Amino acid sequence: MSLVNFTTREITCKIVYYGPGRSGKTTNLHYIYGRVPESRRGRMVSLATQTDRTLFFDFLPIDLGQISGFTTRFQLYTVPGQVYYNATRRLVLQGADGVVFVADSQARQLDENLESLQNLQANLLDHSIDIRTMPLALQYNKQDLPRELILQPVELDDALNFRGVPSFPADALHGNGVFETLKSITELVLRRLAQGAPV
Amino acid sequence: MTTALNPKFTFDTFVVGAANRLAVTAARTVAESPGSAYNPLFIYSGSGLGKTHLLMAIGAAAKRLAPDLNVEYLTLDEYVEAFHAAIGAGQGDAFRRRFQTVDVLLIDDVQFLTNRLEMQAELLRLSEALQAAGRQIVLTSDRTPVDIENLDERLISRFSGGLVVDIGAPDYETRVAILRRKTEERGAEFQPGVLETVAAASFANVRELMGVLNRLVAYQAVNETPLNAEGAKQLLGIESRSAAAATASGERVPTPDEFAAFLTDVTVTVGKAVEAWRARIAEAILRWEGEGYRTRRLEALLEQETPLAPDEEIAAFARDVERLRVLEAEVSQFDPQAAGQSVFRDPERLVEAEEAASRVRAGAAPPPAPSAALPFSHFAVGSSNQLAANVAREVIEEPGRRYNPLVFIGKSGVGKSHLLNALGLELARQPGAVVACLSTQAFIDELITALDGNRMEWWRARYRRATALLLDDIHLIGGKDRTQEELFNLFNLFQDLERQLVFTAPAHPKTLQGIEQRISSRLEGGLVVEIAEPDREVRRVVVQRALGAQEVPDDPALIDYLADRPADSVRSLIGLLQRVVGAAAAQDVPVSAGLAREVLEGGTAAERRRTVGFRTSGIVVSSAGGVRSREKIVWDWGAPADRLIEELR
Repeated sequence: MSLVNFTTREITCKIVYYGPGRSGKTTNLHYIYGRVPESRRGRMVSLATQTDRTLFFDFLPIDLGQISGFTTRFQLYTVPGQVYYNATRRLVLQGADGVVFVADSQARQLDENLESLQNLQANLLDHSIDIRTMPLALQYNKQDLPRELILQPVELDDALNFRGVPSFPADALHGNGVFETLKSITELVLRRLAQGAPV
Repeated sequence: MTTALNPKFTFDTFVVGAANRLAVTAARTVAESPGSAYNPLFIYSGSGLGKTHLLMAIGAAAKRLAPDLNVEYLTLDEYVEAFHAAIGAGQGDAFRRRFQTVDVLLIDDVQFLTNRLEMQAELLRLSEALQAAGRQIVLTSDRTPVDIENLDERLISRFSGGLVVDIGAPDYETRVAILRRKTEERGAEFQPGVLETVAAASFANVRELMGVLNRLVAYQAVNETPLNAEGAKQLLGIESRSAAAATASGERVPTPDEFAAFLTDVTVTVGKAVEAWRARIAEAILRWEGEGYRTRRLEALLEQETPLAPDEEIAAFARDVERLRVLEAEVSQFDPQAAGQSVFRDPERLVEAEEAASRVRAGAAPPPAPSAALPFSHFAVGSSNQLAANVAREVIEEPGRRYNPLVFIGKSGVGKSHLLNALGLELARQPGAVVACLSTQAFIDELITALDGNRMEWWRARYRRATALLLDDIHLIGGKDRTQEELFNLFNLFQDLERQLVFTAPAHPKTLQGIEQRISSRLEGGLVVEIAEPDREVRRVVVQRALGAQEVPDDPALIDYLADRPADSVRSLIGLLQRVVGAAAAQDVPVSAGLAREVLEGGTAAERRRTVGFRTSGIVVSSAGGVRSREKIVWDWGAPADRLIEELR
């Protein structure tokens, strides 16, 4: 996917929310959806099971309008977190410009987080992408849970953020940290534009 | 761009003491009734005394009391940066509109307005608009409005028009209270007297105080035994006072319109990114302009909103400049003056530059070379020209050193030109040699053309490149003052650089008419060698070779007869031979000694008439028997104007 098209004057960012099952990826998108004026957002496509688990993926297109003469669009995707949907995850990752890794802050979910992060790396590698070159932000979700249940951002940084990418504590349900994360990944993605990277 | 309010910075967490009571009271009032009490509220204090805390507390309190309020907090630098980015992205108006709808505008660190005239104007406009609409402005600074250097008078009066309050350094009691509250927030506990000890030490501001507290907390956390007052004192004595900012993220209050804020941020980021190409182009312009190239093409790019591929354009520009450099270097070799043309400094005119270069290239072809038809091997040597031939050989061996200049003198047609060209050809064989060998008439004509075309530099450069200059019939420069002038200069240059000069003349230089003393003396200064009328041996060789060239069978009697004929020059001898061959062709008989005798001695009048005007290679034989060389007659006088120019100059 071309990130910046100088000919048609379009900027299209595909951002994928990745992470283990039930870490809050769809919640992030829902919160964003709720905050985006109706005129700016497309229909949020969510293929969910009856228990509200993402079956395939969520898709939220956002039209940011004309920015610096460019028609700017964001496409936010989530992947299904469950282990057995790896093919879907790989498919959704295709052409991603940036990835938000939504980690579950609960201490008992640490292994799932690690596993999912490794899975992300492997799936990117399948697309011949080195995770180090992919704009990535971490979100430590569910920080609103009781302290004894969760790991602190510092601890999660130690466990997950060994590449030193931007990380954000969040409570996606109430929106804390959601836009901060989106803002950060957007900046990372757009900064590549400044470096004249993919055209 | 807009910084979210730090949820920890509220009035509840702000420790009030004597030094800040007024400021806090004013701030609370403003938060409770924004836009009506003190507008603007200007808070100033030294660093780390709670300006930002108070500013954010106003925002938080105002928001809590009236959740619909649009509260914006940002530092002046953020404001400036966002404004520049918005302007750069062509979103200036949107930016202004956005800020004009803010109900409570909180701007931190306005002292950085110093010298930023355009931002001052912008802020003045904004504050006027906001105040007119009854919206609250709160500003902080590390000094009073009057003390901000180069601040617009109107802004000073506007800032001072509301309430200006300061926050002083906290007194001991306040410091203890601050430490206690912070300790509590951290969930830490200290032995009695520890905090008091810390507070007793003098700290310039609260931030430093916090840094020390952080140290204490950390120290106590890693040490089993609780810290006592004495330990704290020791620790403080050891510890540097630099503040270690420990941040812990906690609950965040969502800002009112997260999407709008996000959109602004994206606009700024995209603006910066898209503007990055502008920076790159500007950089390229600076660079090439500095090197003296015209950068109109790049400047035109800047005028576009978003060019298709700026980097490619820059690369193409660089390539063109590189090509211009190559052309310029090439041209300057031929003609330094031409290389200075502006066309070689303008990538937009690359095509013209290419054309100009090819013109110069064509024009700067090496000076006329010696004729390949007159090689040394064809030069017949006999006693009459032995010396000349020997001297020529020596010159070939050591050009420029032994006999410089070398002047061959002799009657017309004795072989001076042949020897000159032969010598030139031999010299030209040497590596790197550029031999200019031409008739003096051609030399004069070229000079006149160059004068006419205002290309004297080019003309000079062309001859200065030569490693040897050979001029036939040098006596023709007689009376040509300008040519003599130029030749004089060339003469000196060639002699200085030990480059060979060779001339031919019909008589000794000092007898030549119209030649300046300085030239003739220089001609004499080298070696003047006479080539005498061809001796029998020379004549024999010439006849033999000429007959061979005419494919006449070798006939010793014929050769002897012709070689014995009196001939004052090789050319007249060839003339005789041509007559015989012509007669043989006319009578359709083979060339023989008898025929030759008949033609040359006892020919009928009719036969003689028939040979009148018989054209041979360059020879006109008149009925009177005289021979005129076509080469020696100026048949074509060219444009009279050329000569006028010659005379005028």
